[in-house]
Amino acid sequence: MLGVSATGIAAARPVGAPGKGRYRRSGPVLAFAILGAGVLIAAVVSLMLGSNLIDPVSVVGRLVDPASDAGAIVWGSRVPRTVLGLLVGFCLGIAGAVMQGQTRNPLADPGIFGVSAGASLAVVGGIYVLGTTSVLATLWLALAGAVVASILVFAIAAIGRGIASPVPLAIAGYAVSSLLIAVTSYFVLANETTLAAYRIWVVGALSSRQLAGTEPVVAFAVVGLIFAAANVRSLNSLSLGTELAQGLGESLLRARLVGLAAITLLTASAVAVTGPIGFVGLTAPHIARALVGGDHYRLLPASGLVGAVVLLLCDVVGRMIGGTSEVPSGVVLTVLGGIVFIVIVRRGRMAAL
Amino acid sequence: MTGTDVRADTAAPTAASPGRGARRRELRILGRRIDLQVLVVTVVVLVVVVFVALLGIVAGSSSLTIPDALRTLLGAGTGAEQLIVFELRLPRVAGALVVGCALGIAGALTQTFARNPLATPDIIGVTSGAAFGAVAVIVFSGGVYAVGAGTLSLGVPLAATLGALITAAIVYGLSWKGGVDSFRLILIGIGATATLMGLIRWFIARAQLVEAATASQWLAGSLSGISWTSVVPVVVVLLIVTPIAMTQTFALEIGRLGDDMSTGLGVALQRHRIIVIACAVVLAAAAVSAAGPIEFIAFVAPQIARRIAGTGRPPLLLSGFMGALVVVGADLIARALLPSPVPVGIITAIVGAPYLIWLLTRRKERETLR
Repeated sequence: MLGVSATGIAAARPVGAPGKGRYRRSGPVLAFAILGAGVLIAAVVSLMLGSNLIDPVSVVGRLVDPASDAGAIVWGSRVPRTVLGLLVGFCLGIAGAVMQGQTRNPLADPGIFGVSAGASLAVVGGIYVLGTTSVLATLWLALAGAVVASILVFAIAAIGRGIASPVPLAIAGYAVSSLLIAVTSYFVLANETTLAAYRIWVVGALSSRQLAGTEPVVAFAVVGLIFAAANVRSLNSLSLGTELAQGLGESLLRARLVGLAAITLLTASAVAVTGPIGFVGLTAPHIARALVGGDHYRLLPASGLVGAVVLLLCDVVGRMIGGTSEVPSGVVLTVLGGIVFIVIVRRGRMAAL
Repeated sequence: MTGTDVRADTAAPTAASPGRGARRRELRILGRRIDLQVLVVTVVVLVVVVFVALLGIVAGSSSLTIPDALRTLLGAGTGAEQLIVFELRLPRVAGALVVGCALGIAGALTQTFARNPLATPDIIGVTSGAAFGAVAVIVFSGGVYAVGAGTLSLGVPLAATLGALITAAIVYGLSWKGGVDSFRLILIGIGATATLMGLIRWFIARAQLVEAATASQWLAGSLSGISWTSVVPVVVVLLIVTPIAMTQTFALEIGRLGDDMSTGLGVALQRHRIIVIACAVVLAAAAVSAAGPIEFIAFVAPQIARRIAGTGRPPLLLSGFMGALVVVGADLIARALLPSPVPVGIITAIVGAPYLIWLLTRRKERETLR
């Protein structure tokens, strides 16, 4: 039971590789129909529910008549968070799928690999040095921090042994995160204004985020999605193992760089909008893999859709259980995601960390 | 990158371990064989610890010399010197010593037990459980500053200890699947840590700013608020738990050979594991409840100890002394060398994380980390 079984399973079945019962020929169309319906339902529920319950018919009525008083609630608060929730969830789901495919590590998540910590540090540095909290400045800072952190992680993992190994990568991510968090807490402790802004931002929430000013984020996200799409073929080769992938004519360095660009851009845009939200990138690919199998042509879009649904539903749950003050979606996700994480570990189908 | 690599860890003969074939010199003391190199290194480290601790007592705004400090410690100081040494400096230095020692031993236990240098109390969820309890108390004690001091000296350590023990029990229970696999234990610990840290961040976001600042300070791992009342419990725990842990060294040694081998050689594996884990958890909980989560000590100290002693697994006592040395040294740097005082946990993370990174970039060490 000990070790040997985890070893055998991990060796026999790399993540994302087609396995027994996970590769269904007739499934994908139906699966995507279900996912599409899921997104639609989640969006409508997100528009309906809140401290004021609105029935589905009037939601439509208010959407077409934004000028009315009632329309103001929907347009002012619920439409932005719904749209942003879909966007951020989609980005994080795909970033997680790319990351798990690249590392062949089923527990890969932007949080674990230091990307979120890098973005957080840059944002805190921005608040501390420049006193800025605007979405645009946050975006640029988060992007810069995410890029630096992920390059650092990959570079450390790459020294000497080639960039291909997921295990040093995971440990490098842990080490870099710890370092960045230490520096972050130095800034936070040095200045109460920084702490005041940082502690709200770092929880990760969709509430009180506005659509205005997020256009550049969308642009970054779209570029990230293009990189992710360009990486799909490589991800499929990589799932066979790096040696086989190279045998198939895959340029490992290019595959890694494109993947890195996709992960960084998608995570940074998501973090810029909502603050660091963990576990979407971890959870979504697992659900998606169960629905559409391990082929990345289907897995990537499915992960994005699952991520959008998961994030929106967590946001709705947070609105409902909080009473007077709602629970941020980042917190709901952290609890649910932790449970998912433990279930994945206990099922024992995993590669080495 | 298969699971096999994870198994090939500290147990694999490294250049320094007896697997190389070189015979190690041993002494027989009271019927127990003591490795000569371990003994010598332990004594040397102990001397260095004492010296750095003296520096720690001397360093500060009012000028003392080392002879002054020694004289005062022996009871012959002036009134002012007595006050400075016994009331101001010594609690902090003693706190650093015992906290570092407890973390070092806890780390040595978990690393040996899991046969993986990454398995530290930080990673298996003990530290975050303690942090969860402590932050909850700081935030929900309601900002009553009149009783604030009482809360901080009694409620926080209590909550931290409870949080650590409960989290450890939950993580251990969730890792149970017809026995506890150390690989699963580490991963479930990582999951629990991520969840608890998310909740902690939420508590801090909801709190009043003053409490949020207190909680953040505590979370960074700081010795600045430490007093005799928080040092004494750690000393008691160290005195009780260390001997118990020492009785497990034989089983720890055999445990390195792997589970099947240990069982074959007659080690009652699960009972041994529960004792080892319990010792590690209690030590870590005591340390964290006194000074907050001081990061990387439990990881770094046993690894340095293992290297300088040239043994296959980190020696317990030496790991403890090494932990004490690192914490006292880091606190000295934080107080004496930096322009503004910084929590010691930030220093240890800034030193410890690059050490881990450095280990990653070396081929030989990477083999043992995988």
